[in-house]
Amino acid sequence: MKRILISLWLVVTLVISFGCERRGVDGTDGDSGPVRVGYYGDLTGATSSFGQSTKNGVDMAADEINKSGGINGRQIEIITEDDQGEPNKAATVVTKLINQDRVHALLGEVASSNTLAAAPKAQESRVPMITPSSTNPAVTQVGDYIFRVCFIDPFQGEVMAKFAANNLKAKRAAILYDFNSDYSRGLQQFFKKSFTALGGAVVEEKSYTQGDRDFSGQLTAIRSANPDVIYVPGYYGQVGVIANQTRQLGIKAPLLGGDGWDAPQLWELGGDALNGSYISNHYSVDDPSPSIQKFVADYRARYNVVPDALAALGYDAMKVLADAIRRAGTTDRQKLRDAIAQTKDFAGVTGLITINTERNAVKPAVVLRLASSRFVYETTIYPEGMAPPAGSPTGD
Amino acid sequence: MDTFVQQLINGLNIGAIYALIALGYTMVYGILRLINFAHGDVYMVGAFAGYFLAHQFALAANPTAGGLAIVMLGSMIIAALVGMSIERFAYRPVRKYSRMTTLIMAIGVSLLIENLFVAQIGAAPRAFPDFLGSQSEPPFQLFGNAAISKAQIVIFAVSLGLMLLLQWVVYRTKVGTAMRAVSFNLNSAKLMGINTDAIIALTFAIGSALAAAAGILTAQYNPNIDPLMGILTGLKAFVAAVLGGIGNIPGAVLGGLLIGAAETFVVGYGQSIGIASTYRDAVAFAILILVLLLRPSGLLGSTVQEKV
Amino acid sequence: MPTYAKRLLGIFIALLLLYIGDALTSRDGLFGFGIPYYYAEILALTGISVILAVSLNLITGFTGQFSIGHAGFMAVGAYSSVFLTVYCTESLELWLAGIIGQTAAQSLVFMGVIICGALSAAIAGLIVGIPSLRLRGDYLAIVTLGFAEIIRIVILNIDSVGGATGFRGAVSPWPGRLIIPAYADFMWIAALAVLTVVIIYNIVNSDIGRALVAIREDELAAEAMGINTTRYKVIAFVISSAFAGVAGVLFGHFRQFLHTNDFQFIRSIEIIIMIVLGGMGSITGSVLGAIVITFLPELLRKLPGNLYSYRLVIYSALVILIMLTRPQGVMGVKEFGISWLRRAQRRPVGDKPVGESSGVPIAEQIPPSAIDRDKEVRNQ
Repeated sequence: MKRILISLWLVVTLVISFGCERRGVDGTDGDSGPVRVGYYGDLTGATSSFGQSTKNGVDMAADEINKSGGINGRQIEIITEDDQGEPNKAATVVTKLINQDRVHALLGEVASSNTLAAAPKAQESRVPMITPSSTNPAVTQVGDYIFRVCFIDPFQGEVMAKFAANNLKAKRAAILYDFNSDYSRGLQQFFKKSFTALGGAVVEEKSYTQGDRDFSGQLTAIRSANPDVIYVPGYYGQVGVIANQTRQLGIKAPLLGGDGWDAPQLWELGGDALNGSYISNHYSVDDPSPSIQKFVADYRARYNVVPDALAALGYDAMKVLADAIRRAGTTDRQKLRDAIAQTKDFAGVTGLITINTERNAVKPAVVLRLASSRFVYETTIYPEGMAPPAGSPTGD
Repeated sequence: MDTFVQQLINGLNIGAIYALIALGYTMVYGILRLINFAHGDVYMVGAFAGYFLAHQFALAANPTAGGLAIVMLGSMIIAALVGMSIERFAYRPVRKYSRMTTLIMAIGVSLLIENLFVAQIGAAPRAFPDFLGSQSEPPFQLFGNAAISKAQIVIFAVSLGLMLLLQWVVYRTKVGTAMRAVSFNLNSAKLMGINTDAIIALTFAIGSALAAAAGILTAQYNPNIDPLMGILTGLKAFVAAVLGGIGNIPGAVLGGLLIGAAETFVVGYGQSIGIASTYRDAVAFAILILVLLLRPSGLLGSTVQEKV
Repeated sequence: MPTYAKRLLGIFIALLLLYIGDALTSRDGLFGFGIPYYYAEILALTGISVILAVSLNLITGFTGQFSIGHAGFMAVGAYSSVFLTVYCTESLELWLAGIIGQTAAQSLVFMGVIICGALSAAIAGLIVGIPSLRLRGDYLAIVTLGFAEIIRIVILNIDSVGGATGFRGAVSPWPGRLIIPAYADFMWIAALAVLTVVIIYNIVNSDIGRALVAIREDELAAEAMGINTTRYKVIAFVISSAFAGVAGVLFGHFRQFLHTNDFQFIRSIEIIIMIVLGGMGSITGSVLGAIVITFLPELLRKLPGNLYSYRLVIYSALVILIMLTRPQGVMGVKEFGISWLRRAQRRPVGDKPVGESSGVPIAEQIPPSAIDRDKEVRNQ
């Protein structure tokens, strides 16, 4: 009994030693001082390359804004926390960012599962959160303070299905997806749905997980199903290898993929085996538009690598946030939230961003063809209800 | 039929890699009764050592089979040194304590290596140079649709060679006799005048070198290397060692090949018996559990009656 | 003071502390004051860690059976209980609320859910334990690891609990609650943590506990003394799994979001590090280990810039350092408490006669286990 009392006493002492704070006092200061933006992501876990790219994009955007005088004269301060890619840690660090660091807004996570764990904390405390690249539809359904600047899984799956059925005239598709990733599973599911609706057939479905080193078993099975196209909605680390092993097994069907393919390392891993594949993406590094070329050049100068889609989305998320703060003229949470919700035709690196009533970004996707270590622009596919601007090529 | 042959080639290919890693687990366990959790990370260190060697000495720019041999030898030496230092500075000081302590130590070392690599070079995957050119060349057609690539042939040949070499060292040399003596009974071996510390260090060196070879070989087939690549592969290789009968060298090879083949066949044919390919990673563990229940000492392991 | 009065006083103080703690961590606070939410959250997670560590200690520390699949049983408890609250208990709760009021109905239902979660984890433990506890120590370790991985992969394959997206509430097309209710507040977590400590403490100091310690010290000898070793090992394993399940229930209803990434191999390792740090075979040591290992990574967040990225390196280096310098853990097999302080005062250190039984738990009387591992090697 005494031991229990002592352990309890220890706990209480710990509690008191942390000190108490007054409840019900809103921590936000007025409209002076730096704008504190919390970034959380995986910086040390299995998906840390994604978290790091996004952070690079966010940091670069913040530095650009700060160099040009900040937002309404206020500098941006990025406070970064690492969640090790674990949902539980993601929720904890967001609690820390909100309650200890008193951030005005949050940017983060790549993986939808981590964003889903953290978003309720932001919603509860009414801190606006913009996720650069969580594509699962459920993320923004958490509440009216959660936004995103990327398109969602259903749209991306549909884009590739449309492209395969209409442009490539494919009838038989095989799918090889990452079982452990909700992103990959989302794309797999919606590609299948759209492709079947368009009259095609999914003849084989196989899965792998990120730790896998060998995909030949799956690919051999796919080979015997004899598909016209193989949809591989995975991340570049595995995709490059999959492309290689596909060609080594003598499979000629083109591979189709998503934005997860976009990384400089893809070429080193996949090499020539990638030629003739197609991906859907947020933007094209080879896009001649000056704003994109400036972004690519600046990023290369700063980090010595070509920016991937995650870096571009991180950059855009920060810019969208800054734009909203500028329009709101304040970091008052309610007003800032409203300003983000009213974002319309914001010219980001990843296209014109409009936030819709579901707080998702409505924007077109580009389809790129892979040829000799380059992503070559193929076509743009617009979401339903969004008319392509006059004079630009149409998707279907 | 050709699909079956293809799956068999694929399965044995990945199995050969598991087998090489499993040898390290089994040798260390045979001598110290220690699950060397850091062994999977030594495999990773081996792959990265090869990567940096290749780039350091400009072998990556002009890849040849000879370059591969140099890189492999270099990384095997580096991994052997890493393995020996792990033994010397982490395991030896706690060897006298309970098994639990040494196991925690092994886990700690494993975490340290992983975290150190992530902090130092980041977790982004890197591309290992393709020395054999098998990624641009078409594979050899066997018959029908079955094909085998250059990398796969090299993996089979080199791993077979290394296994035979190990067999020769363990059963035909004086050092090997000492190793077997130590694994049979450490104290008696010590009394017979065997320098047990040196033999243990040597065991770690050999096991680590084999893991490094596995790392380089697998990188020829799958060029994607990252600091966390050793976790899952290491676990499966350990399962392979247990499956074959831990402490038993031919058992480790058999276990490795079996696990590799089983995984591939579940992916290829599992659907028809109601196992989705999504259960692939569970297969190794399921087999392990089944075998342990039916034959707790593994396939080739001999049952040891505990003496009082 | 008579014993029953002491007990009553103890219970009263415990309840008072619980109430204060609950008020301090709540939204409204105690008289408008509370501890920062961030720390409140870590405290709650610490409570869950305490349950995990103390329960793992029963099987690993006291029985000497090395289990590295504790996170798997936690996952079973978490997912089964959350499945219940999301899909099954809503109407029951509404009906009960009409009779006994909202709060009471919620508490009653949650109590039932906790029991269900514990039961399902216990059943999982039984399924794993009966066959595998016949195996030697290291094999058990790898089998528990394998089972935990299989459990994780099976959960990933079940669409109604969210699969790879994570489980936040009812998944369409199945009807149910859209968000996991936040039942597990500080009061529940702290109360169950204390309850776990009390129950495990009593088990360890009962005849079962003596049998378990005997198995740890020498399984063959224990068997020779007429202890049905497999039976006792299974009992310990099932109890341990059940409490891991309770921790899972609390985690699910505290976090309101479940994802299999939170129940990976590394989580089991974290729990082991807790009990090794505190000292295997010491309950208070486990509590201490749970507190340190839950707080340490958060404290390491305060490290500046460059060191921040090395904080996990520092963390793992600390584990190695502890193993090198104090392999028996901070507490060894000793317990920390008032009587321990009193004894330390009364007698110079190192003068404790072995076998003195004035309230010294049985586990403390046994010298640190198997320091000389040559014995094990010799025996094989």
